[in-house]
Formats: sequence, C-alpha cells, structure tokens
Amino acid sequence: MDLILVNLIDGLVTGLLLFMLSAGLTLIFSMMGVLNFAHASFYMLGAYFAYQVSVYLGFWMGLLIAPPAVGLVGAMIERYGLRRVHQYGHVPELIFTFGLALLIEEAVQFIWGKDQIAYNIPEVLQFTAFSIAGNSIPAYKVFMIFISVAIFLALLFVLTRTRVGMIIQAALSYPRTVEALGHNVPLIFMGVFGVGTGLAGVAGVIAGPVLSTFPGMAVVLGSIVFVTIVIGGLGSLWGALVASLLIGWITTFAKSYNLRMEDLLTGIGFSRPEPIWDSAWADLWTLTSPQIADILPYLLMILILAFRPYGLFGKRDV
Amino acid sequence: MRKSMKLGLGAVLALTVGAGAALADNIKIAYIDPLSGPFASTGSNGLTQYQFAAERLVNEAGGVLDGQMFEIVPFDNKVSPKESLIQLQVAIDQGIRYIAQGNSSGVAHALTEAIDKHNRRNPDSRVLFLNYSAVDPALTNDDCNFWHFRFDANADIKMDALTDVIAKNDAIKKVYVIGQDYSFGKAVAAATVRFLGEKRPDIEIVGNELHPIGKVKDFTPYARKIVAAESDAVITGNWGADMLNLGKSLVENDFAGPVYTYYAAGSGITAAIGESGKGTIRLVAQGQINPPPSEEAAEYYRAFEAKYPDGNVDQSRITNVIGMLAEAIKTAGSATDVVAVGKALEGMEYDDLWGGKVYMRPQDHQLIQDVHIHVHTDEGLTFDYDKSGFGVLVEDTIEMAGMDSPTTCKMKRP
Amino acid sequence: MTEPDQKHTPPPARTPVRARPAPVTLANALPWILGGLFLLAMPFIFQSNSAITIMNQMAITIIFALSYNMLLGQGGMLSFGHAVYMGVGGFLCVHIMNWGDVFALMPLPVLPVFGGVFGMGLALIVGSFSTRKAGTIFAMISLGVGELIAACSVIIVAFFGGEEGISGDRTYGLPFFGVEFLHQIEVYYLTAFWLMLSALLMFLFSRTPIGRMANAVRDNPERAEFLGYSARWVRFYSFVAAGFFAGIAGGLFAINYEILTEENLNLATSGQILLVTFLGGVGFFFGPILGAILFTLLQTVLSLQTEIWQLYVGVLFLATVMYFPGGLAGVLMMHALPLRLGRAGLLVGPYIRTLVPAVVCALGAASAMEILFHLRHAALGESEMTLFWITFDSHAPLPLAIAAVAAVAGFWLARRSAPAMAEAWHKASTPHGGAA
Repeated sequence: MDLILVNLIDGLVTGLLLFMLSAGLTLIFSMMGVLNFAHASFYMLGAYFAYQVSVYLGFWMGLLIAPPAVGLVGAMIERYGLRRVHQYGHVPELIFTFGLALLIEEAVQFIWGKDQIAYNIPEVLQFTAFSIAGNSIPAYKVFMIFISVAIFLALLFVLTRTRVGMIIQAALSYPRTVEALGHNVPLIFMGVFGVGTGLAGVAGVIAGPVLSTFPGMAVVLGSIVFVTIVIGGLGSLWGALVASLLIGWITTFAKSYNLRMEDLLTGIGFSRPEPIWDSAWADLWTLTSPQIADILPYLLMILILAFRPYGLFGKRDV
Repeated sequence: MRKSMKLGLGAVLALTVGAGAALADNIKIAYIDPLSGPFASTGSNGLTQYQFAAERLVNEAGGVLDGQMFEIVPFDNKVSPKESLIQLQVAIDQGIRYIAQGNSSGVAHALTEAIDKHNRRNPDSRVLFLNYSAVDPALTNDDCNFWHFRFDANADIKMDALTDVIAKNDAIKKVYVIGQDYSFGKAVAAATVRFLGEKRPDIEIVGNELHPIGKVKDFTPYARKIVAAESDAVITGNWGADMLNLGKSLVENDFAGPVYTYYAAGSGITAAIGESGKGTIRLVAQGQINPPPSEEAAEYYRAFEAKYPDGNVDQSRITNVIGMLAEAIKTAGSATDVVAVGKALEGMEYDDLWGGKVYMRPQDHQLIQDVHIHVHTDEGLTFDYDKSGFGVLVEDTIEMAGMDSPTTCKMKRP
Repeated sequence: MTEPDQKHTPPPARTPVRARPAPVTLANALPWILGGLFLLAMPFIFQSNSAITIMNQMAITIIFALSYNMLLGQGGMLSFGHAVYMGVGGFLCVHIMNWGDVFALMPLPVLPVFGGVFGMGLALIVGSFSTRKAGTIFAMISLGVGELIAACSVIIVAFFGGEEGISGDRTYGLPFFGVEFLHQIEVYYLTAFWLMLSALLMFLFSRTPIGRMANAVRDNPERAEFLGYSARWVRFYSFVAAGFFAGIAGGLFAINYEILTEENLNLATSGQILLVTFLGGVGFFFGPILGAILFTLLQTVLSLQTEIWQLYVGVLFLATVMYFPGGLAGVLMMHALPLRLGRAGLLVGPYIRTLVPAVVCALGAASAMEILFHLRHAALGESEMTLFWITFDSHAPLPLAIAAVAAVAGFWLARRSAPAMAEAWHKASTPHGGAA
C-alpha cells in the first residue's frame, strides 16, 4: 500500500513535468496549427539559461529570469521565422520547427560545450521532506509539484477569467472570426508562442537539476511530449493534463513493479525453455515491465490514433 | 620550356616529393571515436590524452626507429557503426596502419569484423586495431582475431577483481545488480552472478535488472526498489548519462551502501556527483591516479594539467597503448609491417606508468594489468577530476587481474 | 463579302482521342543515359576506396530519399518514421547473409529484392491503419511507429541484435559470374545498377495513373474523391511502394556495410532523410538526388574540416525552409524559364553583384564562428588554428575582426544589390515585349 503511494507521488512529479511541456505545445498547436517540433529544445534552453544565471545570481534568480528569457526567444523566432514560413503551409512549418530543434541543439553545444553541466538543486532544498515506509521523498520533488500546480492554476485562471484568455480561447476554435472582430491575431499568436515556450522553459529550469542538463536532453523528452498531446487530444489543455498524468503513472508503475513475462506465460501454461539463452523466444521470455515501460506511451498513442484519432479530449480535427 | 618555368616546376616537384617524404616520416594512428554528438566529451577527452601521450612519451624522446614521430589523426564516428566503417576506409586510404577506438563495444564489434575482413581481402594494406576501452568480453573470446588488441581489462576481469574485494567484505550480504540492456550490461550481470556464486555463495542477489539504454530519464523507481530490497551494495556497468542519473538517484533516495561502478568518473560525472557521492560511489578500473604510484606519473599528470586544464587523465591506459606500440615497432624494426608489429606486441611485458607491469596475453590479445577499486572522495587526493575537488582514490588493488582467466579465442594467425 | 454562314457552322465532329503516355524520345531518355554514363565513369575519376565508399553511401541515400519523396513530394504525406522500412529490410538481408547454407545458391545481386519485399510487408501492416488520414495524424502515427520499432529493436535481440546490431559477410554465396564482391569497386557497380533500376522504376511509378492520382490527392483530396478515387487507398498504395524501395535501400546498405544496428531505425535517421529530401527539393523528381549527394558530401567531407559542421547544416536547412522552400532543385528550375526565353544573360551581372558579397558574408560568418568556437572550447595553450590554409593565433583580435568585417560588409553589399537582382529576375522571366 505504501509503495503505491510512493509511486503515485513519483508518477505525479513526472506527469506534472510532462504537463508543463505539453500544455505549451498543445496551446501553440491549437492556436496556430503548428506542431512545434522544437518545443523540447526550449525546455533545454530554459535549463541552460537558468544554469548560466544561477552561476552568478543563484538558483532562484534563475527560476525568475530564465523562463521569460526563453519566452522572449520563442516570440522572436515566431515573429521573424515561423511567420515567414506560415505562408507555405503546414508541412514546411513542421519542417521549419524540426530544423530549429537541430539548430538549437547545435547552438547549445557551441556555447556551453558537449559535456553535462553541473546544474544542481539549490542547497536549501537538498533534504528529505518526508518518507513513506522507508522511501524518502526529496523536498525538491515536493517543490516541483507545487510549482507545476501553481502554474497550471495560473494558466487556468488566465484562460478562463481574463479578457486575454477569452480572446485566446476564441482564437483556439475560430481564429478567422477573431481576426474579423479586429483583434490583432498575429500579436496574439506571438504572445501565445512566447508563453508556450516560456512554459517549456520553466519545465527546463525545474527539471534540469533532476534529469541532468546536457545537449541531448531535448531529444530524450521530445517525442514523449508529442505522444502526450496526441493522446490527450490536440488543442485540449485538460487532455494534456490527463494524458501527462496517465503517462507519468503508467511508466512509474511499470518500472517499479517488476512484472515479468515469464510469470505470465508460465501462469497460462507454457513452460520455460532451458537454457533460456538458446531459445528463439528468449527475448519474449525475458521481457519485464521495466524494459518496456518507456515504450508503453507509444503503444498507447498508436492505439488511440487508430481508434480515436481525436485523442481523449480533443475537439478539433487535425 | 622557359628556364623560369622549369625552375618553378622543379621546385613544385621537389616540394611535393619533399612533403611526401616528410609526411612519410610520421607514423599515423587513427583515432576513431565520437567528437560530436552526445558522447563527444568522452571522445574529445580521449583524443587529448592520446595526443599528449604521443607527444610526451614518443615524440619528445626522439620518435621511433630513425626518428619517426607519432601523429594522432582524429576521425569523428559519432558512435555510429556505419560512420566508423566509413572513417575506417578513409583512414586506410590515407595510409594509416593503426586504428585506435574504444567508446562503445558496438562500434568495436563492427570495426574488428571490418578490419578482419579488410585484412583478409587486402593483404597489402593491413591494419591493426588498438581497442583501448571497449570491454565486452566477446571481443577477446568468440569474436577475437589476430589484428585486435585490447588494452583495458575486460568486463569479466573487472568483475573478477571486484568480486574479490566484495568477497572480503563480510558486511555485504545482499547485492543488487542493475545495468543497461545490451550486450555489455548483460555481460556484467552474468559475470556478477557467476563470480559471486563462486566466491561468496552466501551473498544474496536481491535484484538483477536491465533498463533500456540511454532512455531512462528518472531512475527514482529503480532506486526505490534497491532501497526497498535492503541491498547492502549495488553493482552497475552503466556509463554516460545513465551512470550519472543512477548515481544521483541512489544518493537522493538515501542509499548509503557502496555503489560499485565501471564508469563513474570523469567527463563531468565526478563534478556532477560531487559531495553527494562521497564515500559511496566506487570505481573498478585500471590505472592508479591517487595516490600517484611514482614521481614520474605525478609529473606526467602535472604536465597534462598544465596543457589541458579542463581535461582529466581518466583513461590512463592510453599511455600503455602508445608506449607498447612504440616498443613493438622498435622490436619489429618496421612501422608498416603490421604482422611483425602484431607479433612483437603479443606476449610483450611493459612497465605501466601508473604502477606495476602489464602483459599482453598472446592467446587472446588481452592486456593483463593491475585492477584497482577506487572510491569517489575529496580526501587524500593529489589530482582531482573536472576541477571539482573530487576525484578517485585507490582503496584496493588486484595485481595482474585475470592472468589465468579462460578464453574461448581460437585465433587464426597470419 | 460577308459570309455569315461560316460564323455559325460548328466545327467538324472529331472522334475522341485517348490520352497517350508521353512517347520515349531522346529528350526524355537523355538525362537517364547521361546519368548512367556518369555512374559508370565516376570510379575512374575518384579511385580511392574511401571515395568509392562515399559514393556507395550517396547511392543508398539517393534511393532512400527518392522513396521518401514518393511520400512527401508526390503524396503530400510527411512521415517521421520512414527509416524503419529501410532498417527492417536491411536486417532481413543481413540475416539472409548469415543463413549462408540455405541461401548459398542465391547470387548477391538479388538480395536487395528480399529487403524490398520485407520493407513492403511492414509498410502493408502499418499503412493499413496509418494512411486513413493524411496530414498531422499521419505524421504522428509514423513518429509513434518509428519510435516503437526502434525501441523494440533493443529488446528483440534475436532479430535486431540489441545494441550491437547484426553483422554478416557479403561473400557468403557463390561467386556471381566470377565476382566475389571482395572489393569496394565491385560493390559500387552493384549499387549503381540498383540505383539506376530503382530510380527508373520510381520515376515510372510517378507517371502511372496511381502516381498521378497521388499528386491529385496531395493537392486536393476532396476533389480526388469526387472524381471517384479513394484518397485513402491511393495513399496506401504509395505508402507500400515507398516501403518497398526503402527496403531495397536497406538491402544495399547491408551489402555495403555488412552490419545493421538500431541506428538504422531511429528517429535521427528518419529526420535526416527528411532533411536530405527537403534540401534537395520535394517538388521535382531529381530533387532528392541532389539533396542526397549534397548532404553526403557535407556529412563526410565537411565533418573532416570542421567540428561545427552540424551547425552549418542546421543553418542551411533553416535558410532553405524560410527562403527556398523548393529546395536546391527548385532554385535550379527557377532558371528554366529565363533560359527558355533566352534572357538568362540578364541575370549574370546582378548575380555577381549579389552572390559574391553573399558568399563573402557566409565565409566571414563561418570563420567568425570557427574562431569563437576555438576560443571557447580548445585546450589551453592551443591557440593556433588553421582556417582556409592560413594558420593564426585564435586569441589575437585581428582574425576575428577581419572575419566580422567580411561578414558585415558582404551582408551590406548583398542587401544593397538585392533589389537590382529582383528587378533583373523580373525582366528575365518576362518574354520580349510582354508586360512585366
């Protein structure tokens, strides 16, 4: 029972982190129809910017300065890059963001080198908050949960209670009408892109110390983020939340409970071939749930796309 | 032809011939390892160590034979077998006879097979493969060949040495094995089970897990399992980001026992683990850095630090590669007859700069050397890694580890 | 004289003539013949083994890129997981090479066919559910399938060999007319043969009704449906055909390198072929050919000269997407109209005035980047670097200043002449006496 609680908390942390990334991405997609391949790269930029700031001013200033900086970079890229490509259609847009991801990775390597950099948890948070049945929950994880939830609530507030939020929600579903009503839709686009990438930046600032900051960190998370928003439904914020938590929990539980295919097969009635290494089915027999834990989201995505292309909560058709 | 033109042409010809002759004086060693991409730091660090070793050990001493200097020629393979094969071709076309590689046993497998095939099909441009870091045991067992020489203790030898040390420690009753899901990780796990079973059958292996290589971002679930199983020690062959994340996760989740690793040092990992891993993280590797085994070794390290302040000597076996190759060329009397050089290399005894002697076993071309257990700490260090104040200190030594280890190698000799 | 009757007489009735495929004329076949001769002649110009290996790599990439363009350029389907079809085809071929005793009688040149069939088989399975919708959903499914198979490759060790992959020996079978394929040059001719054959087949496919309908479905699926064609099945057939040719590329890879690994299946390889195809130009058949050649050269030759070559490729790619979405082929074909009108001469002057400064700007910017990179990342004490055959001290301010000045000056000059070039293009594209 206790282990379940521990895994719930761990999965929550992973899921919320994923949510911060996918929230921005799904917002950007639903507004502009652009699937931003470079979204995870902004996450990486957030971590690196925060590291650079923290070298001089400390972790907390990094948390404050880095996300707006990343958002600014994102807005500039939208204004001078993406807008130009927009006229050519969706496929060139996707390709542009793909190339952008490549370029950002190279630029990061150029500036900070190819090594892992020592971006660490601030000392004030380096203690164990509490422990459940001998498993300690680090304070930093609790901090991550708080920040993610705070941001989600802030986002919800802005989108549903403020005027800007109303316009954005309208533009989510009917961009042309909103434009016809006289709102400066390009400015809104730029703003949403900036906020979306800023959110990714926050995720980077927070996750950098835990998931290690190195030039490949965007690639590691990149495809999972897409899987998340596709499962949740392109354009749906709630869908992104549900899908992120789902993926976080599935992967955590799969890793921590060592379910073995061997047990399953012997339970059905097959007998394990001996010696195992010579059998052609060795791979199947030695399959364990931690091995496939990171593949499960992809399987889920394919199932959803095959049977329910809108995703769990999606309203708009791609 | 006008006189000036003749002069000009003659000069150009002389220059080319002269340049050709000058170039022919250098003995080139190809260094095929990642210089870009996610593993670039390990590759570039290795390259600087090779260049320094060649400069200091060979070139400053006057070169080999009649003054020929060693030249290290880097080729970026981005840890891709396909890219490595292309670079191998490029190197062979440039007339290079010695190929050094070490990062990734996968690439090493591809290279050793390609070199074997090449040497068979093209007897006049044969090359030798100096494997300085790929430790999959199969390379000196089922997949061995005459052209391949391994300068690092292979995974089985390291595990043999490690289990000797664990066997002496009565406090360890439960051990958890975790590794990357590929040939090397599996080899480490299999060796652990075998050797612990022989030496300390009372030790219970409470967990034996493989995780997808390079894909796990958060090792917390694994760390929790390790703690929940009340493990006294953890053994892992993880390297790169997987090692760093596992190490950090273990420490974060309050695992207090020793963590025995193959690769938890250098390339930013020492700095990133820092204080949190002090006294817990251990490393099984050749090459004694702290305390320095001799004044000569300390001087070498100081000179290296002076030239490359951001670098580490974390692959000290590279001095053996360069030194032994130089000796073999001198004995064989030729730098281009690789068969003679190979025959001189096998069976060679050599004085390791980092303490003790090393011996290249002729039956499988595996170098036998002292293997040490180092502990990650900041006390008692002469030289640290990553300028972090932390480094590795030798705790235990197994001399000439693996001297009598069996091998399934059936080498076809030229 | 008025002849009112003539105005009202309808034209004589004509029997409807069926549209005929374009006849095979010398003009049509010439590019192919030239290409074939070029392929035959190349080994005599570049004789070293490494050059031949690089040419083999180019050939394999060309076939792969052409198959990818069947999806992207002709079908409008953006796929992020095309590498798996090449990969599984290659893996099967390496396994066949290892089952030497069963397949010993089969000559090596036939091997790619097996790769193609296997790739086609996988495409049949995946295409059955992925081609239902085009656009973003298709892209996402392809991404998911690609990642899934790549991740499985480390688990299913029996077929994919885990982290080390599977290797084989291409000399497994009986000699083929006395050729044992021991040497790179023999592999080259085999690869060149398959290149010509595959390119020809893919070209002909694009001319068949299904190929043409793929174009129609790409441009306007709704209208295609109204014409009676099922967009879904057209996409499916294109997908399967693309999978077949990707498998052939995989088989050739297996023959050339004798080893396949997880790298052949992963997202990076799929992304790379997207880059290659787009750089070359998706709108023309020969576009991917250009892209493959250019990219292979960049990857092998440029990477030997500089450490930050990937940065340059990234910038080039981005610039192509933003300013030349037609790719290299598009840029070249832009000149077709002025050439046809005979007014290409108008372009020469403005080109020189704009492009030369632009090249200077590019070189200057690249030099500045190299110097900065060296400053930041080179070992201490190594302050010498070599650029364009000149060795200098990277810490001195002068080289950086020169590079910066070259970049800025080149940019300014190019900017200044750009309107004149646009004007010249206008004129060159307009026939004599026509309104601009």
